[in-house]
Amino acid sequence: MSATTEAEPQASPPRARGDRIFAGLSRGAGIAILVALAAVFVFLAIEGVPGISKPASNYRPLDSFVPYVGRLLFGTIFAGLIALVIAVPFALGIALFISHYAPRALAAPVAYVIDLLAAVPSVVFGLWGARVLGHYLVPAHRWLDDHLGFIPFFKGPASVTGKTVLTAGVVLAIMILPIITAICREIFAQAPRLNEEAALALGATKWEMVRLSVFPYARSGMVSAIMLGLGRALGETMAVAMVISASPVYTLNMISNTNPATIASNIASSFAEATPDKLAVLIATGLVLFVFTFGVNFAARAIVTRSERKFER
Amino acid sequence: MTIVEASPQSPQRNPLPLTPPRLPQWAAYLVGLLALCASGLLTMLAGWGIAAFVALAAVVFIVAYPLWALGVEGRRGATDRLMTSLVWSTFGVAVIPLAWLLWTVVSNGAPEINKDFLTFDMRNVVGDDQGGIYHAIIGTLLVTAAAAIISVPVGLFCAIYLVEYGKGKRLARWVTFLVDVMTGIPSIVAGLFALALFVLIFGPEIRLGFGGSVALSLLMIPIVVRSTEEMLRLVPDDLREASYALGIPKWRTILKVVLPTSLGGIITGVMLATARVIGETAPLLVVAGKTDSVNFNLFDERMTTLPVYIYYSFTQPGSVPFDAPPGTEAPGIARAWGAALVLIFIVMALNLIARLIGRIFAVKKG
Repeated sequence: MSATTEAEPQASPPRARGDRIFAGLSRGAGIAILVALAAVFVFLAIEGVPGISKPASNYRPLDSFVPYVGRLLFGTIFAGLIALVIAVPFALGIALFISHYAPRALAAPVAYVIDLLAAVPSVVFGLWGARVLGHYLVPAHRWLDDHLGFIPFFKGPASVTGKTVLTAGVVLAIMILPIITAICREIFAQAPRLNEEAALALGATKWEMVRLSVFPYARSGMVSAIMLGLGRALGETMAVAMVISASPVYTLNMISNTNPATIASNIASSFAEATPDKLAVLIATGLVLFVFTFGVNFAARAIVTRSERKFER
Repeated sequence: MTIVEASPQSPQRNPLPLTPPRLPQWAAYLVGLLALCASGLLTMLAGWGIAAFVALAAVVFIVAYPLWALGVEGRRGATDRLMTSLVWSTFGVAVIPLAWLLWTVVSNGAPEINKDFLTFDMRNVVGDDQGGIYHAIIGTLLVTAAAAIISVPVGLFCAIYLVEYGKGKRLARWVTFLVDVMTGIPSIVAGLFALALFVLIFGPEIRLGFGGSVALSLLMIPIVVRSTEEMLRLVPDDLREASYALGIPKWRTILKVVLPTSLGGIITGVMLATARVIGETAPLLVVAGKTDSVNFNLFDERMTTLPVYIYYSFTQPGSVPFDAPPGTEAPGIARAWGAALVLIFIVMALNLIARLIGRIFAVKKG
């Protein structure tokens, strides 16, 4: 045994200078990305931290940073959750459709159409949501107010313009649909074929097969896809900024004219006439948004990575 | 043989059927047809629109089809039919917004598009004078091109590191993970980062097109890395090993064998990434600002891009001329639709070309 290990040839030949340069360049690019990510945090902190303690007029209609950003963060999460509630059932359905239900000739075009949805610029979504969709959702607002008004979400009075956080949520839902669909679709398609066939052979119906052999396998992937969708919705700016004219408030009411602003939409809409002080405040709220979405994305990716490793074994 | 013959075979068939009762194959079509008829009848009687007709037909189908199955096949069969129809209907519903949006943009934007709209800027345009998007098109092209020039080398080398040099190293694992996390950075945060960077260097009033490029490249790099990485992994190891066996150093192997093999896929990825960032609004709104005139200099003064133009045309549409018929839209809205059509056209064209290139130059496996 020892003889064979000694006889092993030298593992790596001497490296040429070109090779060293090339390796250094590519390693440098990898490190540059880490540096860029750190720089985002550092520069936002440098410019934003002074924004925490500016004169009270910068936090109108409130008077200090924490309540101001608290209300904005609430609005951000609220709009994101509305979008998720609407988008997730559809995204899962479409992903299942593409991976398990559609005839093969239909699956590829459907996947392509959903990808096209992701390619539409957010500002166009915003324009469409504000000028077209909101108008068409007004009857839905009125109906919700009349019939479900006892639920705090639909307390009303219903907006007559349709420029509400509900409309914004619908637009956000359409925007995050592609990313959730794309990830779920891949995970569903990877579900072990043999398990599926075993389930069918035992007499399961198609839905039972999906429930018994696809969903358990895909659970962590689905969770992380949903979280990534949430991350996207939290950071989306234009759709919200264009659909609603909002203010930092706590309200659960989704259909009235008083709408909670999100961090991103607040930055976009108050940016143009911002004084340097106000600018610092806005950058500080941006820092909060960055940290929050980073946390959500980090957790989501960690779940994916862990489950990938689990299945590699 | 003997065993088979020996086994006792009853001459008459088992009276119990081996398979449970099932709906006939054409059941779905029949129910669908009936649902359409019922819904059509109601729609005609009540005078509703086409949307109500389709929605009602879908609801009737989703209720009636499982109910029939419940009667014939039992609970399990009914659940299965219900879920199948729901899955199919999600697909139908999801296509609606895309079709609706594209149709709205085209029908509202097309009347705006003419030679002047594409070649005029907005300098000294008052009211409903002929304005244009020339300055915005120039801005978009310059800013995005600069972003691509920054992102492509960094992204390419990073992907090469991940695939060729960093296998199994801890740094590579972290880079992969953080690149994934980076794809989720909100675009407005990227804009604020670029703004903070340039404000720190040049003072609080600075707005420049290049800042937009920096912000966009922050969004673009992770996409380029991911797609390039996938393409490089598709290159079969046989090719690399054949090249090493000829005594060619690793960097020349990468340059002459690996990259040319995966070139089509890499170009596709870069174009898709470009299409993704070309429509970004928030970062440019923040750092590139807005101007009414043409600006060719990325490093000086404000620069309007198409998405920002759309946003400002929407938020500050100008006033309706007083002699216009009632119901006339403010002139900015029409310009916003026109610009949206141009922007969507650019994005879709990039997407289509990218996919064509990807198909033509696909890596041949094996």
